[in-house]
Amino acid sequence: MEFTLKTLIFYGFSLLTVASALVVVTVRNIVHAAFSLMVTLFGVAGLYVFLQADFLAATQVIVYVGGILVLILFGVMMTSGRLEMRIHIERGQLFLGAAVAVALFLLLLTVIANTPQWENRVDDGTELEPTTENIGKLILNGPFLLPFEVVSVLLLVALIGAALISRKEVGDE
Amino acid sequence: MTLQHYLVISALLFTLGIFAVLTRRNAISILMGIELILNSCNLNFAAFSRFATPLENIDGQIISIFGIVLAAAEAAVFLAIILAIYREFGSIRPNEIDTLKG
Repeated sequence: MEFTLKTLIFYGFSLLTVASALVVVTVRNIVHAAFSLMVTLFGVAGLYVFLQADFLAATQVIVYVGGILVLILFGVMMTSGRLEMRIHIERGQLFLGAAVAVALFLLLLTVIANTPQWENRVDDGTELEPTTENIGKLILNGPFLLPFEVVSVLLLVALIGAALISRKEVGDE
Repeated sequence: MTLQHYLVISALLFTLGIFAVLTRRNAISILMGIELILNSCNLNFAAFSRFATPLENIDGQIISIFGIVLAAAEAAVFLAIILAIYREFGSIRPNEIDTLKG
């Protein structure tokens, strides 16, 4: 693989994603963790662009950064007083968790390195046409119509349920 | 860029998410870990879709979009439950919420 500007940007995005994810899981201040998560989500969106998944990248930015992250920040705002901003971590669990995580990563790495079907799949740089049209066709006029309808109902049910669970009980007793 | 590059990045995100879920003692931080795990999963789907044998096959991307929708629903319900728990117990540390513990 020759070292071009494209690969440089790819490695930059990869480093940004992984490093900010590392900050998310290690920093003690929960607001800092939330903002670092934003960088991670943007990095993943950048990787989607490299995978030529343009619609997916836009969805990632809109739904994750614009929706879920704001939701998380609201959660922080409503549940964490000044004392709760610092995330409590137990030291014994830290080492145990790190051991489990490293073991899991080594396992995944072994699987990735030793699966022959996944070798030599190189991105040859062929440009695909924009995916939005095909995604629309596949979802609304193809095999994904039923999952799409099911997931719509699921989203509706989940949001109504969330509103119901989180509201204040009025006139209870 | 090969398929394995993306798989390694995704494995790293997954492991970091597992680490956050295991070690953090704050429900919202656990939610952040879960979001990392879901992101790694979606990234895997998109990567496999890109390197599939017919190049125009984008089924994996659609599964990723469904994954994002599920993550949004999950986050909404998760935070609603956290708010209800906070109102009940005055804390969102998972080890202080032990009413069902024998």
